[in-house]
Amino acid sequence: MATVTFDHATRVYPGTERPAVDQLNLHIEDGEFLVLVGPSGCGKSTSLRMLAGLEDVNGGRILIGDRDVTDVQPKDRDIAMVFQNYALYPHMSVADNMGFALKIAGTPKAEIRQRVEEAAKILDLTEYLDRKPKALSGGQRQRVAMGRAIVRQPQVFLMDEPLSNLDAKLRVQTRTQIASLQRRLGVTTVYVTHDQTEALTMGDRIAVLKGGLLQQVGTPREMYDTPANVFVAGFIGSPAMNLGTFEVKDGAAQVGSAQIPLERNVIAGMTEADGGKLTVGFRPESLDVVPAGTPGSFQVETNLVEELGSDAFLYGSLKGGVVGELSAGDSDQLIVRIDPRNVPMKGEVINVAIKAGQAHVFSAATGNRLS
Amino acid sequence: MTTTPQASLPAQTLTLNQRAAKVRRRLSNPWASGIAIVLAILWTLPTLGLLITSFRTQTDINASGWWTVFGKIFTGDANFTLENYDTALHGSTTNLAQFFVNSIVITLPSVVIPISIALLAAYAFAWIDFPGRDWLFVAVFALQVVPIQVTMIPLLRAYVSWGIGGSFWSVWLSHSIFALPLAIFLLHNFMKDIPRSLVEAATMDGAGHVKIFFRVVFPLMVPAIAAFGIFQFLWVWNDLLVALVFVGGRPDVAPLTVRVAELSGTRGGQWHLLSAGAFISMVVPLIVFVSLQRYFVRGLLAGSVKG
Repeated sequence: MATVTFDHATRVYPGTERPAVDQLNLHIEDGEFLVLVGPSGCGKSTSLRMLAGLEDVNGGRILIGDRDVTDVQPKDRDIAMVFQNYALYPHMSVADNMGFALKIAGTPKAEIRQRVEEAAKILDLTEYLDRKPKALSGGQRQRVAMGRAIVRQPQVFLMDEPLSNLDAKLRVQTRTQIASLQRRLGVTTVYVTHDQTEALTMGDRIAVLKGGLLQQVGTPREMYDTPANVFVAGFIGSPAMNLGTFEVKDGAAQVGSAQIPLERNVIAGMTEADGGKLTVGFRPESLDVVPAGTPGSFQVETNLVEELGSDAFLYGSLKGGVVGELSAGDSDQLIVRIDPRNVPMKGEVINVAIKAGQAHVFSAATGNRLS
Repeated sequence: MTTTPQASLPAQTLTLNQRAAKVRRRLSNPWASGIAIVLAILWTLPTLGLLITSFRTQTDINASGWWTVFGKIFTGDANFTLENYDTALHGSTTNLAQFFVNSIVITLPSVVIPISIALLAAYAFAWIDFPGRDWLFVAVFALQVVPIQVTMIPLLRAYVSWGIGGSFWSVWLSHSIFALPLAIFLLHNFMKDIPRSLVEAATMDGAGHVKIFFRVVFPLMVPAIAAFGIFQFLWVWNDLLVALVFVGGRPDVAPLTVRVAELSGTRGGQWHLLSAGAFISMVVPLIVFVSLQRYFVRGLLAGSVKG
């Protein structure tokens, strides 16, 4: 078991100007499950591959425990990796796949067999040990890939989007299995995904990257409740947070017809570059449907309602005096969580108000959190 | 696949069959099939004639064409004999048996040497990053444009000055040299088709290049190696030019093809033995090709088309 530390780790691909990973500083505790998440091309896989030793480190250091492994060969780092496409050896049986690393290391046959069988038991693979990978289903292949990592009993597990090749149902199921397995084994794990739901459900802590830069690190709760900037706010959470840029008048943001009072230190944090505007974010569930005319409420015209059974989400547009744009995730609409038993019709206008203390305020110019 | 819903299976296979039938209809055409059959018959006819001729007696061969046997079979006048084969194989002046052995001795190393070298080179070109890799690869492949005829005199002089002129080594080396550019190119393409993550997984599992090569890459390359092996085998076995140039005057080293070419003699006195000799030299490639043609077709296609 060991900690993992990225110390100003930088990777610049040959022939490119901009670093794929720029001065990454990250400390992962012993036994922790850290999820690297971000949109594609954000450098999360590159970071993982740098830790694995498959990618050169052009600047900074990477430490496993107290050992500087920046220039250490992958095989000497005592880490195991699960690949997105599993990378099982097609010509070897499941048992040989799982025992390959031990065989290379010269472990006695009896011990290999024993450790492979133990891992197979944990993963429910015992009856498949003599099969070739091509005779397995996607989920079973994924488990073999996990098994190959477990058998080695490494200091760190690296997982590169191990669930992205599974169908939706199996993905949810395997997600919990991996998370509980990791808790049980207590091995430090770095997990890469582009799916924020996976990140929130699995990670002890989450690190969000964008354009090679680390945006924020924290527990899932911290990431959800206090996103450090507009990007993290929009990325974490499903459905996405409503984000809009609004004018500030008399110490309050003008959201539609409503005025969202701002704290004094928020106003003080505004700079000239903001041009008298602020970005305000509020999650779909932070909105209450209120009677018309309630102070601090604004009107939303219903465009579409998505019913999920337990919840319903209303997609609508903001009515009246809109300044700047309001959007949530990929859509340019406002999302409101509403009571699924009381759903407005398309075109109907409802009044909503932001729950007290649940508005997130960001600088319009830099996107950094002000409140 | 335990996760596939059973109910959807028949529907799926039905559409698959329908699609297969559709593709078959589009790809097949009575005219194209007819032309292909005519071509195949035209192509095989001379070989058939050769086969029949090889079993006829010397006087028959000199008197009439091979197609006349069909009429004579009905009238009962047809004479068939194995004498041509006997003379060709064991006759004191012909002695093809010795040359048959020479052919084998020449062919096997001429297949094994270039494949071994090309495998190593292809691995390096595909999986090891070294400066100038792409340029070197292009250069190796570009060597294909050099016609082998151009290289023969310089090579012969080199062999003679090294003291291996007229030995098996001169043929082995020549065939290896001529085969390498294509071998490296083909095997490299196959190796590139192996997913990178597989090699990376082996790296993570602690394997160095040697172990990755033997334990992971080599087993996956077997179809490609077989395909190229057959290709090279046929080429070397049927080669006349290289053998004639480097070991032409050495009956203890020269292969079958050289002897068969000389069989009819400068005076044409042993004309009747030519067809038997030709068949003796054809039988091995025929066996190799027929028994391994599955690999051959699959292997040549697999390198170019991703399946």
